[in-house]
Amino acid sequence: MEPLSWTGSFGSTLIPALTIAVFVFLAGVVVQTIMSFFAPEVKLQANADGTIKSRGGLLGRLEKLNLQIFMLIVFIIAAIIVVSWFMPYGKAGILGEVIKRFLPVWLSLIVTFAVSITFKRKLGLYGKLFDSMIGMIGFGLVMFWVFTSIYVGLFDMIATHDPLQQISGIKNKTPGFPVPEGQDEGFFPHYLLGGDNLARDIFSRMVHGSVIVMVIAPLATVFAFMVGITLGLPAGYYGGKLDTLLSFLANLILAFPVILLFYLLVTPEIVATGLPNYMAAFLFIFPLVFFGVMINSRFKTQPSKNTLLLAVVLIPLGLLYLNVVSDADSPLQIWPAALDFINIPSGILVVFVSVVFVNSPTVFRIVRGLALDIKTRDYVAAAQTRGEGPWYIMLWEILPNARGPLIVDFCLRIGYTTILLGTLGFFGLGLPPESPDWGSTINEGRKLLLIFAHPALPPAIALLSLVLGLNLLADGLREESLKD
Amino acid sequence: MGLFILRRLGVMILTALCLTFIVFWLTNLFPNLEKLAKTQGNFRMSDEAVATYLGNRGYTQPLPVKYGQWLGVLPGYVIEGTDGETRARCAAASSPTEDTPTFCGVLQGEWGQSTVFKDSVSKIVGTRLALTGKLMFWVMMVMVPGALIIGVLAGMREGSRTDRSLSTVSIISTATPEYVSGVIFIAVFATPLFGMQWFKGTATSAMDGANFENFFLPVITIALYGMGYIARMTRASMTEVMTAQYIRTARLKGVSFPNIVMKHALRNALIAPFTVIMLQFPWLLNGVVIVETLFNYKGFGWTLVQAASNNDIELLLGVSVVSVFVVLFTQLISDIGYVFLNPRIRIS
Repeated sequence: MEPLSWTGSFGSTLIPALTIAVFVFLAGVVVQTIMSFFAPEVKLQANADGTIKSRGGLLGRLEKLNLQIFMLIVFIIAAIIVVSWFMPYGKAGILGEVIKRFLPVWLSLIVTFAVSITFKRKLGLYGKLFDSMIGMIGFGLVMFWVFTSIYVGLFDMIATHDPLQQISGIKNKTPGFPVPEGQDEGFFPHYLLGGDNLARDIFSRMVHGSVIVMVIAPLATVFAFMVGITLGLPAGYYGGKLDTLLSFLANLILAFPVILLFYLLVTPEIVATGLPNYMAAFLFIFPLVFFGVMINSRFKTQPSKNTLLLAVVLIPLGLLYLNVVSDADSPLQIWPAALDFINIPSGILVVFVSVVFVNSPTVFRIVRGLALDIKTRDYVAAAQTRGEGPWYIMLWEILPNARGPLIVDFCLRIGYTTILLGTLGFFGLGLPPESPDWGSTINEGRKLLLIFAHPALPPAIALLSLVLGLNLLADGLREESLKD
Repeated sequence: MGLFILRRLGVMILTALCLTFIVFWLTNLFPNLEKLAKTQGNFRMSDEAVATYLGNRGYTQPLPVKYGQWLGVLPGYVIEGTDGETRARCAAASSPTEDTPTFCGVLQGEWGQSTVFKDSVSKIVGTRLALTGKLMFWVMMVMVPGALIIGVLAGMREGSRTDRSLSTVSIISTATPEYVSGVIFIAVFATPLFGMQWFKGTATSAMDGANFENFFLPVITIALYGMGYIARMTRASMTEVMTAQYIRTARLKGVSFPNIVMKHALRNALIAPFTVIMLQFPWLLNGVVIVETLFNYKGFGWTLVQAASNNDIELLLGVSVVSVFVVLFTQLISDIGYVFLNPRIRIS
């Protein structure tokens, strides 16, 4: 087998065209930015038919031209993606093969975007996202990794090799290096993005890493929100001593340098004392409290319905809680091991707990601030006059009206959690060293960075694109929700 | 004003006590002490030997007592050990003499001894802090003006093309954590991979003589992550000021746009970013730890990692005290500075 080149037969046609288009576009943006400093301010003027007049003059024409170049770039990228599907193996180079591996992701993305844009007027805030360019780009990046993790994690589709498989002779080899002869039939013949220090396929490790990140980051953020909401609402609503105490505790955790906290919580000696298990037992109880109080405050006047709903929600959650918290290896065993179906590896549990612990005080402060603001509104006064209980007002009056800022913060916080997970991996804390998550792979790659730079780059770029996507998505959501 | 500062100081001291107590508790948990005994004494110690080793050196006293001694408000222990030797905390675990002080804790300036570096903690922390100070100085020199310029340019005409492109730049910079940008910078600018080998990939030589070649990458890596956030805050504050009544008055008077921005808007727009810059310090500390590890620059952050991964209890405590105080002190400055800079609060 020949080694693959980067661009294959695109190298002579589409790639140079794309490069030129991108450079022209960037130059155009710079020129426009400089010109807009000196240009007179835009005054919106309407045409006779009610549409807005386009901007005239040199700047206006430049703007139009640049938009066309941007469309051309999008078109060339789409052409590269589509053409590479129909090329035989190896013709389209590393780029083409990587694009081909992601085929199910592209199809899902196209379907998602087509359906969402068609029905965007009926989809509320989610639909409005498709009115803003920034929001669409962010959503696309996020969904790319969501679909990748689904197809890799559930269907085992995109990865070319096993993420832990080592093949001798491909240690630290450059992208596109062929696998030595003598493998089984159907064995993928190249390491698309090269091999790492232990001769494992970097591409497969990167896509497998997305599964770990995509499972832990959103879940940990959900838990942090449960904790933050359950404590922040009463702190803001009641105020007084409770508020002072909780705010002091939150500031205490926030004043802790994050890395110091991680080092203190995640070292094997501390894990051996079972401290993370106790923290998990404390933090994981909050979803139960949250849902229990939420249902009870609403339906307590209808006892039969209340009991039924509470049972339906709390019994599965409670069983899940006992299964997750109790662990045969830890000092905290409150559930018979025979009935313990879920065993979270202690490394993942520790990472999860510390990330939730670091995130929840910030959520607490945001929720508290929102509750302080919203409790002065008229509908809260109306509910108080009706004689509603305080928890009903907090969870069914204040919380739904705080959803806008909370959704935006949720997106940002998943990104921040991803960064924290990467930080943990970067210092080799928590997750096992062979784990393919992005932080750990960056950590492995950085040790030989000055000699072999290629193993550290794919996970770094993957992490960057996911966090960037989440930030752009949050920005788009904020912009669109402010338009109301 | 005086009362406000006093109250803030009180809360700050209480927070510092709580935080140091938590760190003290976590570092003095039994598995850590056991590991310490085994690394300092003998790796094949039996459990009883570990217990007597720790007992002789005062580690088995109740936690509040140990914390009081470490802090310097309780007299240091003097224990006649099972091996017949008398050890006193204030005589560096040897028998006390006439002029051994009774109290020796952090308050008296006795920070203890590092087991890894074989040196006194205060000396290590001092030299390492100076090195990190140099790094932080240059980070601030790059980050603050850069962020303020981006923020002001983006905020002076809200919704314009400049605003949109600069806001996107700041989003990208907040989405790039140090370990990602650092790795990308090293791969691009310090290896021959892309043909742009302009800088050095390690900053070890910058500890003695920093120059552009070996110090630029670490500085820009830290600065970039913080820059976006400060720029966005500056932009928000600038757009708010630009819609104020007095700016409209100035416009109607016929003041030119550059003059409005420079003379009228800027002063009020820079109050909020000051707070944000001060509150950015805890995050910078994070960045410093990552970047110093990545670039092998042996400063404060590098010391933190070494102390934590080698179970160097006294050094880790010293490092934690310093970092907690840096964080709390910047919070205090930001609170006071906000009151001082904002004429509406200052005068009332």
